[in-house]
Amino acid sequence: MHEMAIAASLIDIVKEEMAKHGASKLLMVRVCYGKLTNVVPDALAFAFEVQTKETPLDGADLELKELPITVTCGECSTEFTPEGTDLFYMPCPSCENLLGHAVLTGKELYLDHLEAE
Amino acid sequence: MEIPVVRNILEANEKIAVNLKDLFAKHGILVLNLISSPGAGKTSILERTLTDLKDEFNMAVIEGDCQTDNDARRVAATGAKAVQINTDGGCHLDSNMITAALANFDLDAIDILFIENVGNLVCPVEFDCGEDFKVALLSVPEGDDKPEKYPALFEKSSAMILNKCDLLPYVQFDVERAKRFATQLNKEMPVFQTSCTTSEGLDEWYGWLRDAHAAKQK
Repeated sequence: MHEMAIAASLIDIVKEEMAKHGASKLLMVRVCYGKLTNVVPDALAFAFEVQTKETPLDGADLELKELPITVTCGECSTEFTPEGTDLFYMPCPSCENLLGHAVLTGKELYLDHLEAE
Repeated sequence: MEIPVVRNILEANEKIAVNLKDLFAKHGILVLNLISSPGAGKTSILERTLTDLKDEFNMAVIEGDCQTDNDARRVAATGAKAVQINTDGGCHLDSNMITAALANFDLDAIDILFIENVGNLVCPVEFDCGEDFKVALLSVPEGDDKPEKYPALFEKSSAMILNKCDLLPYVQFDVERAKRFATQLNKEMPVFQTSCTTSEGLDEWYGWLRDAHAAKQK
């Protein structure tokens, strides 16, 4: 349920950017989130919808783009993207090691761009 | 018109957290953000820590709960200064709430500040409260698959306390499995196996606290 707080922060940034560019109606906004963040896309979309009702942001299309996890192997330092849906089975494609990988991407949470008029 | 932005959505929280980190550094305060499910034993670990290290450190606690000041009263009974934040249903503490709570403390009189977050393995992970380290707590009755189910907390924590280990003979809990998955994306994270009932493992936890506090003074 922290998606309510994330949506509130997102809305603040969107309003600020719209004011900066003299826009009065939001058409769409794209948010990128890493697969390793605890963001639930449906919950974020719902939180955005309820908090933008009857504002200049109402009805805008919220695009949520998931970014993949990439890690470097804890043994041989090979960079790879774990395959499959099981987040916690990440065998290194080179040495098959499972443990101690360092996360390179997958923790992002940012507003990428928006369209407004 | 298309407006390129690329801004961290939680930047407002993180800006305040950076200010908090500066403030804590100036006063040499070690700050730990304790995160676990409700009932894992955060308050019990704190009660023991605040009592056992009373003569070594001046310690203070910010307690986060949806309702009641039960926890603040429990830790205050040890003699430590405690402030309760009630989130009224909110699922996590954020840097703004911590800033407000600090008005209740004399920062020159604190060596270690514990932030006991709202019991929740998910939401608190995303909100930096200005801490030096997150500490993940897990208790053995919760099950050994929690690090697999809630990876983000264990990836971001600097230490893990595996609590209620005196119950290991009575519950199905594979310690090695829990440790393996907790450290899969966090190789260096120490894991302390503790029990507030038998005192098992508390000395190791205290050793880590002493080292972390000493490092903060440099």
